Amino acid sequence: MSHDPLVIARQTLLEPAGLIGGDIDRVMGQLLSASVDAADVYLQSTRFESWMLEDGIVKEGSHSIEQGAGVRAVSGEKTGFAYSDEITLPTLLEAAKNARAIAREGAQGKREVSGLYRPPQLYLPIDPLQSLPEEEKIALLKRLDEECRRLDSRVEQVMVNLAGSHEVVLVIGQDGALHGDVRPLVRLNVSVIVEENGRREQGSCGGGGRTDYRFFLEEDRAIEYAREAVRQALVNLEAVEAPAGTMTVVLGPGWPGVLLHEAIGHGLEGDFNRKGTSAFAGRIGERVASPLCTVVDDGTLPGRRGSLNIDDEGTPTECTVLIENGILKGYMQDKLNARLMGVSPTGNGRRESYAHLPMPRMTNTYMLAGPHDPQEIIGSVKKGLFAKNFGGGQVDITSGKFVFSASEAYLIEDGKITRPVKGATLIGNGPDVLTRVSMVGNDLQLDTGVGTCGKDGQSVPVGVGQPTLRVDGLTVGGTRV
Amino acid sequence: MQEPTTFAREAKQLEQLKSLVADCLAEARRQGATSAEAGVSLEHGLSVTARMGEVETIEHHRSRGLGVTVYVGQRKGSASTTDLSATAMRETVEAACRIAQYAAEDEYAGLPDRDMLATEFPDLDVYHPWDLDAETAINLAIGCENAARQFHPEIVNSEGASLNTFQGLRVLGNSLGFLHGYASSRHSLSCSVIGQRGDSMQRDDWWTVARDARDMEAAELVGRKAAERTVKRLGARSLSTRQCPVIFAADIASSLLGHLIGAIRGGNLYRKSSFLLDHLGKQIFPAFIRIREEPHLKKALGSAPYDAEGVRTRPHHIVKDGILESYVLSTYSARKLGMKTTGNAGGVHNLVIDPGELDLEGLLKRMNTGLLVTELMGQGVNPVTGDYSRGASGFWVENGEIQFPVEEITIAGNLKDMFMNLQAVGNDVDLRGNTRTGSILLEKMTVAGN
Ligand SMILES: [Zn+2]
Repeated sequence: MSHDPLVIARQTLLEPAGLIGGDIDRVMGQLLSASVDAADVYLQSTRFESWMLEDGIVKEGSHSIEQGAGVRAVSGEKTGFAYSDEITLPTLLEAAKNARAIAREGAQGKREVSGLYRPPQLYLPIDPLQSLPEEEKIALLKRLDEECRRLDSRVEQVMVNLAGSHEVVLVIGQDGALHGDVRPLVRLNVSVIVEENGRREQGSCGGGGRTDYRFFLEEDRAIEYAREAVRQALVNLEAVEAPAGTMTVVLGPGWPGVLLHEAIGHGLEGDFNRKGTSAFAGRIGERVASPLCTVVDDGTLPGRRGSLNIDDEGTPTECTVLIENGILKGYMQDKLNARLMGVSPTGNGRRESYAHLPMPRMTNTYMLAGPHDPQEIIGSVKKGLFAKNFGGGQVDITSGKFVFSASEAYLIEDGKITRPVKGATLIGNGPDVLTRVSMVGNDLQLDTGVGTCGKDGQSVPVGVGQPTLRVDGLTVGGTRV
Repeated sequence: MQEPTTFAREAKQLEQLKSLVADCLAEARRQGATSAEAGVSLEHGLSVTARMGEVETIEHHRSRGLGVTVYVGQRKGSASTTDLSATAMRETVEAACRIAQYAAEDEYAGLPDRDMLATEFPDLDVYHPWDLDAETAINLAIGCENAARQFHPEIVNSEGASLNTFQGLRVLGNSLGFLHGYASSRHSLSCSVIGQRGDSMQRDDWWTVARDARDMEAAELVGRKAAERTVKRLGARSLSTRQCPVIFAADIASSLLGHLIGAIRGGNLYRKSSFLLDHLGKQIFPAFIRIREEPHLKKALGSAPYDAEGVRTRPHHIVKDGILESYVLSTYSARKLGMKTTGNAGGVHNLVIDPGELDLEGLLKRMNTGLLVTELMGQGVNPVTGDYSRGASGFWVENGEIQFPVEEITIAGNLKDMFMNLQAVGNDVDLRGNTRTGSILLEKMTVAGN
């Protein structure tokens, strides 16, 4: 079997449909009327499976196949789009006819010629679903259930989810160039409910990436997720009311980087800035963070959940510097917004599937390490909150206000971590929260590979990361006044 | 083109889909399934967006799907595909059977009891296809956005207006002989614009949605409401940390009822991940609160004659006199709890809380001093404990009158207390969603700010 993603993509998406070079030219010919500036065809085939354990047994699994083609024609700022879940010449021609109707009043079209650059392989073109026999998938889930229950008798419920997908995509550019990618993705999640004296709490942990299921067996990763889920739940059994108000907050390393994703990441996506709807619009070159902060969006990290060899428009991914030493450097771009803003695409054009239009999206967004020892950071806080782990977040890119919710947090009193407090939402203002970062740890960590980002109803897998950060003044939404 | 009265084309497609489902069930039996359930859907639609007075995107949607669940003895497996060919159907059944081979025996697994399946299929009037061409759609969206942009000089930018129309067919069948399908439609128009005052920008939106395009709000009205909401937010500031009464505006008050449904859903109950465990028959709201599921309302978005398993839906009380009268159960979760399904596989169908006497203005007067919340951010709700902490924006109210817009605050409490301390439900019912509620006044929450 070939290890060239393009060869696999042709074999998976073109050959079964009997599509040959001449057919692709016919579809492109149909799509490229005089006034079309850009066009592409996106073919995709995804196989997905999941297995679920609860009550100590693997109760069910599911399997799905999603396959189809999305056809797009762009004229100026206008986009026409049609898709079909059949990949055949007649359906592609029909979709092309519908998509290009947008361009009837556009400007004179031109053909951009893209090169045949082959990006490096950040992950192998493997099928994770085949990477373990079913018996071993089941055995893994059972072992995690047993481990959780063995760890503490207060564990009442254990739920384990294992999921994998094998996605093959082929992007056909308007010059007829083909870009293929084969994208494995796996994820494992353990969540537990613990109970003591009638009080119940939950804890969960998981991870994954663009690899296969054996990843979870290496370095005892899966067992670590189980231990971590139990530990978190037990900590929460002891949690007291969280404080309410603005205070110094120390954010732990890794997944708390969801701060960056919400506070600045979305606001730096090209579409919002071209349209001027982001609180960051027109601010390139301005100080938006303390000099300690350098933030990048990097789609080129091997095996990471947010990584891609090429984005969904065929552009190789990059490491894009968003903020350098506190100064706003750049936006994340897809082709359309890059062209309209007169800059280069950054490999951030992503889409949930063939049935959705691409737009600028994050990949792995993280802050580089700084000079401070994490212990020194905690030690510097007289009274504040240490937020170690988070759930999700949300942002209003226009007002800049963002939230993210702590799932494990502690009080800091006189430079020491003291009591655990209940989960609470933290709220701040994106364009100025990073200006209040007064210390940056030397302990950069990326998350374990569980993030999913939603925008305009489209979900894509992403990564985040950061070192320990001290933020002087963030509003903590507890109940204790 | 649609035939507006007889829907002959749909009737023919429906028969084709029914035979596909029947074939799929037969194939499942051939491959060794003891029992099976299969569903198939077809959908097509058109979405257009307009921004700054011009068309921005036109999207033609066309999708289909087949899903099958098989039981081999007490072992369960599911599979789905977007390919409706006979080969894909066989392979999908095979994938489901293969999974069932590895799943554990589960004594509670299986199809619904035969006597729970729907046998009557009232016409819920949910199919009103809109024969809309792209040009008309674009003009409606542009008209909507123009009305918003011209509403006020402080409206300086726009995220655009979007018109969507969808129609689809769905057929469900199982090996107990259930086989039924129907057509439905859904049309929506939304608009979001941006206002600026000084250095700060605010956005807000408005939308309308209906089964029948004739029931939608006029495009210009949607635009004006979006602009009015945006302008009202300009000049927002934070509040100091305090405890005070809070009103959830009608369009976001539905989220509170959503948390209620989450807590009484069977899956969360048997997993013990609910703050309302063992609360059936107990008081969870003040005595004046009544909440019903009304699955058979004509033209409503949540209406359905049967649930995702073919179990008949029925109008019934969920909360009566403040007491929890019913959980929200599927066949499986009901069996786990030793109960009967409530016809809620896949969720609730139109949740309605009885409105009170006061409109929003009346509620503001009754609250006197407190916070009117018009937008919530984030997911800070712990389903196990009921602990609630979310980002919010809205308006500060004194002497029953709005004083100024607020933002960058959180509101926090515990849902159990919030439900018990519910003081009034407004009569300003938002009819757009699956949950119909007026604005809701709560006695007290913690507001965190600067
Ligand atoms: Zn996101």
